[in-house]
Amino acid sequence: MADYSGEPIIRVRGLVTRFGVDIIHDGLDLDVFRGEVLGVVGASGSGKSVLLRTIIGLNRPIAGRIEILGKEILTNGDMDRREIEQRWGVLFQNGALFSSLTVAQNIEVPLKEYFAMPPRLMDEIAAFKIGIVGLPEGTGEKYPAQLSGGMRKRSGLARALALDPEIVFLDEPTAGLDPIAAGDFDALIRDLRSSLGLTVFMVTHDLDTLFAICDRVAILVDKKIRVGSLEEMLQDEHPWIQSYFHGPRGRAALLSEAEHLARSGTAVISGV
Amino acid sequence: MAPVAATLVASQAPGSLVLSAAGEWLVTTAADLDQELRALRMPTGTRVTLDLSGIDRLDTTGAWLLLRTEHDLMDRGNAVEMRNLRPNFEPLIEQLRAAGKITPVRHPRPAHHTIAGFIGRIGEISLGLFARAYSILGFFGIASATALRLILHPRRLRMTAVVAQMEQTGVNALPIVGLLTFLIGVVIAFQGADYLRPYGLENYTVPLTGASIFRELGVLLTAIILAGRSGSAFTAQIGTMRVNEEIDAMLTIGLDPVEVLVLPRLFALLVTLPMLALCANFMGIFGGGLMAWAELGIGIPEFLKQLSTIAPWSFWIGMIKSPFFAIIIALIGCYEGFQVTGSAESVGRLTTLSVVEAIFLVIVTDAGFSIFFSALEI
Repeated sequence: MADYSGEPIIRVRGLVTRFGVDIIHDGLDLDVFRGEVLGVVGASGSGKSVLLRTIIGLNRPIAGRIEILGKEILTNGDMDRREIEQRWGVLFQNGALFSSLTVAQNIEVPLKEYFAMPPRLMDEIAAFKIGIVGLPEGTGEKYPAQLSGGMRKRSGLARALALDPEIVFLDEPTAGLDPIAAGDFDALIRDLRSSLGLTVFMVTHDLDTLFAICDRVAILVDKKIRVGSLEEMLQDEHPWIQSYFHGPRGRAALLSEAEHLARSGTAVISGV
Repeated sequence: MAPVAATLVASQAPGSLVLSAAGEWLVTTAADLDQELRALRMPTGTRVTLDLSGIDRLDTTGAWLLLRTEHDLMDRGNAVEMRNLRPNFEPLIEQLRAAGKITPVRHPRPAHHTIAGFIGRIGEISLGLFARAYSILGFFGIASATALRLILHPRRLRMTAVVAQMEQTGVNALPIVGLLTFLIGVVIAFQGADYLRPYGLENYTVPLTGASIFRELGVLLTAIILAGRSGSAFTAQIGTMRVNEEIDAMLTIGLDPVEVLVLPRLFALLVTLPMLALCANFMGIFGGGLMAWAELGIGIPEFLKQLSTIAPWSFWIGMIKSPFFAIIIALIGCYEGFQVTGSAESVGRLTTLSVVEAIFLVIVTDAGFSIFFSALEI
């Protein structure tokens, strides 16, 4: 369902980021298209999270251009930024919920910031968002400290989805979840993508997630990025990519996906 | 992008009501739609058709508003039918339906807005205070027992940590403690001379300055600065360690957090607070002397002669109090750190609390000492 012919929704050109003397990205180019789920992988310390933080403007690159929804975000003023911020949602690794607010109030924060809504409507919206992300009844009145890791992630996702964004950035959405919860989370993102037409930019370590829901894979190697469909990346000759996909865990994930395909007879990899 | 207004038009057809929704049903238009929907007079026991053919754009909030309307209508015994929804919006509605209905959380009015609630709250706070005092006393006990054990096995004391804490709480605090007490000395001498001169008593300026700094101000100011500077740091450090589960990690390795975290801080403060108080006394007297010389023309020999007229006990009364203040600040700081649970917010709250409690207890103890010493007539 991704539309690769149109303008990319995120366009990164010649990105250079550096911490002290360490160059993290050196002339990185990346396009993300409307409606796709892009999985970003790479070794620890290869700059996956830095890339995400740079794209959403939390980290200033040394050089390069980043366009989101057709707007250059590094040079634009605050008004444009606010407009773009309304159209994306970000899920941080540990949820990053505001600890002094309940889950429901957390979800209401962006609503309060951007719209003049009656409190009753906001409470109702928060409640149905909690339902969408699959949290049980009664979660809304809990504080983040009272939640498990998985529930915190779901709550974070509910807050990221509060404004019905066009793009969602997910930083390791399934890390630290048990396999069942991780599988549920994958299914959740797949459903949301198909019903809302979301574009998903996802940093992940999870091979199963990659095989289950990503349309394309972007791999950070040698301070640059290689992008392609899963099938293309499986053929890539780069030694790190080879050992990533063809190590024991990669093989296991491939195998289970192949079985899944054989059983269901549908192309799950392409996200249908 | 200016949203095209979303609309809802009701039209009466024979035997049924048709509600035609049109435009953009989005989160941006939700507030207006909500108002319109609530103003709608709901029929009862009839056939209602929701005609959705006019909807151009739909997001989860809009879809949910449709479902809420359907639900409200069905609650009133109507037969509801959704019709003509564009096929690409179907999955959205389906997913929302699958998510089920979650009752919204109402944010209740805090109970103490009523008189009964207010009185109840006073009681709650008082009981909380007693529970707190009891718990702090327990912590003092644990710390004392561990300290005694450590005195029997002095090699278990972590000297590196003690020295590091001494640098943090002592050496690094020296400039601010010295500067503040110097200024206080200047102020007391200046004000004292001013007030005593009309009575011809300006000769008492030096003993006044000396006695107030030695007995009270030197050590009290040092203790208050350290409560703000080091007590808060203790709470924040230990509290952050609790949030990161470092304390739990220590316990599983078999390290005693009281021994590893509390005692080095306690011993460090026991050494540095008296030393800082001593420096504070010197700086206060120096400031007072400087002012006496500038205002009253009192030279060094004359100043020392006048200073020696105050009771020698004055100096020791100040110094005796300092280790007690050190114990209070170190233990309150550490105790509040251990009270941190879960979130970063509680670190901030307890840090504030630790400073307030430490300063409060320091001043109460100081008042106690002053009664005690006056009973001893020194």
